[in-house]
Amino acid sequence: MSGGGKQHFDKVVFKRPDSLVDVKTHFCPGCHHGIAHRIVAEAIDHFGMREKTVGVACVGCSVFLYDYIDVDVVEAPHGRAPAVATGVKRALPDHFVFTYQGDGDLAAIGTSEIIHAANRGENLTVIFVNNTTYGMTGGQMAPTTMLGQKTSTSPYGREFSNDGYPIKMAELLAQLEGVAFSARVATSSPAQIRKAKEAVKTAFDMQIRRMGLSVVEFLSTCPTNWGMKPLDARNRVLGEMIDYFPLGTFKERKQADFV
Amino acid sequence: MKDADAGTVHREFVKGNEAICHGALAAGCRHYFGYPITPQNDIPEYMSTHMAAHGGVFLQAESEVATINMLLGAAAAGKRVMTSSSGPGISLMQEGISYMAGSELPAVIVNISRSGPGLGGIAPSQGDYFQAVKGGGHGGCRIPVLAPHSVQEMYELTMHAFELADRYRTPVMILGDAIIGQMKEPYTPGLCEPPGPIDKPWATTGCAGRPRQHVKSLYLKDDDIERHNWKLHEKLQRIEKAEVRAESYHLEDARIVLVAFGTAARVCKTAIQWARKEGIAAGMIRPVTLFPFPKTLVHETAGKADLLLVVEMNTGQMVEDVMISTSHHDKVRFMGKPCAMPTPDDILAEIRLLAGKTS
Repeated sequence: MSGGGKQHFDKVVFKRPDSLVDVKTHFCPGCHHGIAHRIVAEAIDHFGMREKTVGVACVGCSVFLYDYIDVDVVEAPHGRAPAVATGVKRALPDHFVFTYQGDGDLAAIGTSEIIHAANRGENLTVIFVNNTTYGMTGGQMAPTTMLGQKTSTSPYGREFSNDGYPIKMAELLAQLEGVAFSARVATSSPAQIRKAKEAVKTAFDMQIRRMGLSVVEFLSTCPTNWGMKPLDARNRVLGEMIDYFPLGTFKERKQADFV
Repeated sequence: MKDADAGTVHREFVKGNEAICHGALAAGCRHYFGYPITPQNDIPEYMSTHMAAHGGVFLQAESEVATINMLLGAAAAGKRVMTSSSGPGISLMQEGISYMAGSELPAVIVNISRSGPGLGGIAPSQGDYFQAVKGGGHGGCRIPVLAPHSVQEMYELTMHAFELADRYRTPVMILGDAIIGQMKEPYTPGLCEPPGPIDKPWATTGCAGRPRQHVKSLYLKDDDIERHNWKLHEKLQRIEKAEVRAESYHLEDARIVLVAFGTAARVCKTAIQWARKEGIAAGMIRPVTLFPFPKTLVHETAGKADLLLVVEMNTGQMVEDVMISTSHHDKVRFMGKPCAMPTPDDILAEIRLLAGKTS
């Protein structure tokens, strides 16, 4: 490649998804939100739905979704994204509506909203990013924090006798009749990322086919609040997190109830 | 509205709560979200029965917290939306009301209030005045509040609430109580025009043919949130300037002027009629908008009258706005009956007492 000048390629094999805005994100080095954002944007492109999509942003690091994904976005109060999305979807039933929520948002303050939206079988897609902590507020204990994990509000490590157990939302939601698809994925290796893309596409497809609520739980990292280097954080996902939060599909509806 | 043949006026004999539903449907509201609580259950029950026939959406939420956020979502999608509740449920909605005020989303929120604090009781009360007019939600949020005192007004002010909500991009509250909600009386539909359709280019309806846009209340950069606060303040000032409504009842020669809203005002009217038969020149200011409050009318009237008697179904809330409105503090008296309706006799007795003092 000597001689300078721009190199020309015959075929584009990899590019930024159209639905992903060309800006730098505010996410910390080693955070996996960026990967999840890209996967969501790719799925929106795949189904050609950018102009018919309304996203619902939650409170936490991912609230700035609206700066990164090139679709209309409504910002929800903490935990309320599934209720806001219900309102949007009932108003615009032909649109594609998704929420993007962290674990404090969905699994603590917003448990009521997610369970009832799921139980009603709202045709929504929920992207649930579980990094076992409250990232934006400075690394406090979340309902998904692992036993023994030290956080700023569990400085001696989470103990079940005081704080209960990390909650497994993908499995819990899979129990509800209204849920069409529930899966847990990770983004710590290329193979996992490929599976995550497939899961998100399946989840989107469920909504398009009006099968009910679809949810994809991402096991993600928070190197800053975990006090880890990015690669160590990635290894934590591959190790203790996947041991406790197994990857896989917990529910996949084959046929809609109304058929 | 005149019936073509008979030339008679068409009237409906319904509860106040039902008249709210009629007004909402006439105003083009096709999205209602709610949660059961006494004494407003007639509203979700009516909407669940009739909304589908109007091609609309009725959804019973799992809580008032979810309700207000469904309202937020459907309002963001550009629809005319309404919910109704009562004290404890309205408390749960305050977070969402603040978000909607911050996000500048139009919606109509009906509070058929009951007694409090806490679980209180289902007796009628005007104890939610402060919560309604002083903001309720966090961060300095304030929204217009309308106070109907008849079934006719339950119908008309609901339509007006939708108009205000759309014009100013704000939630609007209708503050009633158990009596005005449960009371049946005839009303005449069609006396006022329902609000027409309005463009909502700000709505998040998918970015077809335009750049993406957002409905949000988060402003972290530089002094964005200060600018946003000034913008909302300026909007409230416009509302205060243009949207004050109050009824002047026998004010022209009144020496003793009652100030009351909603059900209490209704009772005051009877007491004033009786007082006038006894030769006491009584009258009333009835604020129809509690926020914006009819400050100028209160102040000008206080200057001319001997005394102002504020009558409320609580232990004294609107009386503070009366005091703020006028410098004639020495003329202001208060009569309160928390969690119950005062009788015309109660009020007449107070008027007589004051008349004796001023004669």
